[in-house]
Amino acid sequence: MINNKILACVAIAAVALLSACSGKGAKDGANTKPVSTDSGINTYGAGNGSLGNGSDAALSAQLAAQHSVFFDYDSSEMKPEGQAVVSIWAKYLTTHPTSKARLEGNTDERGTREYNIALGERRANTVAQALQAQGVSAQQVSVVSYGEERPVALGHDEDSYAQNRRVDLVQQ
Amino acid sequence: MKKLIALFLLVAGAPAFADLDITVTSGATAPTPIAVVPFAQPADVSVDLAQIIGADLDRSGIFKTLPRTDMLEKPTDVAQVNFRNWQTLGQQDLVIGTVTRVGGGIAASFRLLDVYHSDDPAHVLLLGKDGISASDPARYRLLAHQIADLIYERLTGVRGYFSTQFAYVTAVGSKDSRRYQVIVADADGEGPHAIATSRDPLMSPTWSPDGKRIAYVGYDRSGNSAIYVQTPATGDLKKFVGERGINGSPSFSPDGRQLAVTLSFEHNPDIYVIDMATSARRRLTTDSSIDTEASWSPDGRTIAFISDRGGSPQIYTVSASGGEQKRLTFQGKRNEKPVYSPDGKSMALVNLDSSSYRIALLDLASGTLKTLSDGPLDESPSFAPNGVAVIYTKQGRQGSELAMVSLDGRIKQSLRQPGDVREPAWSPYLQ
Repeated sequence: MINNKILACVAIAAVALLSACSGKGAKDGANTKPVSTDSGINTYGAGNGSLGNGSDAALSAQLAAQHSVFFDYDSSEMKPEGQAVVSIWAKYLTTHPTSKARLEGNTDERGTREYNIALGERRANTVAQALQAQGVSAQQVSVVSYGEERPVALGHDEDSYAQNRRVDLVQQ
Repeated sequence: MKKLIALFLLVAGAPAFADLDITVTSGATAPTPIAVVPFAQPADVSVDLAQIIGADLDRSGIFKTLPRTDMLEKPTDVAQVNFRNWQTLGQQDLVIGTVTRVGGGIAASFRLLDVYHSDDPAHVLLLGKDGISASDPARYRLLAHQIADLIYERLTGVRGYFSTQFAYVTAVGSKDSRRYQVIVADADGEGPHAIATSRDPLMSPTWSPDGKRIAYVGYDRSGNSAIYVQTPATGDLKKFVGERGINGSPSFSPDGRQLAVTLSFEHNPDIYVIDMATSARRRLTTDSSIDTEASWSPDGRTIAFISDRGGSPQIYTVSASGGEQKRLTFQGKRNEKPVYSPDGKSMALVNLDSSSYRIALLDLASGTLKTLSDGPLDESPSFAPNGVAVIYTKQGRQGSELAMVSLDGRIKQSLRQPGDVREPAWSPYLQ
């Protein structure tokens, strides 16, 4: 049971990107409750209904670790690494039909700001289409674009640019 | 949406913004020497009008003022001037003036004198004005800028731009503490004040042709964008359009009655024209590529925009009433962010040549493209209302900063303040 709780916590933190396990949620022992009501994790693993079993936790950890799809310069074409990330999220979203993901398109700083807003949206749309191609419902996915306005790396070199040309998948 | 407005209001009275620090990095090869003598002012008027006038003229890059310590005399009336003194100092022109109290404000009189026509009363006086007034101390600096405008116009034949303003975007802090602001400052960098602030990106500020409203793009916490139209004088803020997807690139028509924007809710980014009063919409482009960054020609007939329909972003034009779309740029790898010059004869844009993004000027009659800036990451050009210079964003050592370049490429200035400063929009002439 303790193991399950810990695993559930991992699942909560990883999948919902919430801090439900830290602070008051963990102390009052109700850490499974907000998850089952708020984030739809009670439907997790659709067939067996168990919360925080081994494979679920593994998937959750994957979602937390792989939530960005990267692109080449001025490109919105999916690369094989990106396809792998999409597959993980597609698996999660198709097995949790009530959950949703926001796709945030981003670009590097080259090119004008409004063009980059459009390029970021195009990238996010590419990811949305890839998810839908794997059976995700259009209603589960929303697309926004920040263009070059929210870089994660602030350098003016290819290293930073590569990190900024990305679509972030954010659990809703 | 409510949250965003709350954030704006929060900052309405916020103080203490760093001034833009403006320095001339390259000037005219032979700037006109001019002496601006301290005006005779009442002791309790602390704003030094002559200093502000001189700084304006220096900042233009085409004048060089004489330091006060070099002056042999400080006349305030024509009868007191010993022209030989100014000739000896190599000065071309001389400005003198007096300030008197009028009610709660001041009135200024000034004379612009040609030092080399001292024997010829018909030519020595180039310009003289009396009774130019400022009703309250908050407008004293503006009064000095207006005098500088008149001097500039008399000596160059072009209307001065010193009494105009800039709007620009700043981004300060990182991650959760990052704050975006739309700031308005005087053209000499003084008096910066935020008209909007947000934890999420603010973008693309642009002035209405009467200078009373500023349109810009804002985001909410969930990443949804919208175009806002704000009237800084009253604080009035309207969410003008907030469709699903992109709401970007606002550009006022020259008569101020319509706003060209980019919307993507009908599948992909296209140019729309929206009536300011009725909100009636007209879709100008339907291409499946990216169409954005609309700019109106000064006669209101044509809209330039960028599209990557040919593979890379290039500039196209379309009649403001719709119809055939024509590609305008072919030089270099990419051409983006077109803005028409005030006379409509040329267009400033961002040109990517080999690996450098630079501001360039496209002559619309000849198709000649002339590079104005040095790169490597220049963007967001905006014309001075008199068309003599372009202000833009460049990458500085401490983040992005503003820069200005004259259309002949000779006069360059940098405008810095802490944090990222970008997307300058030069105001029209202000009343």
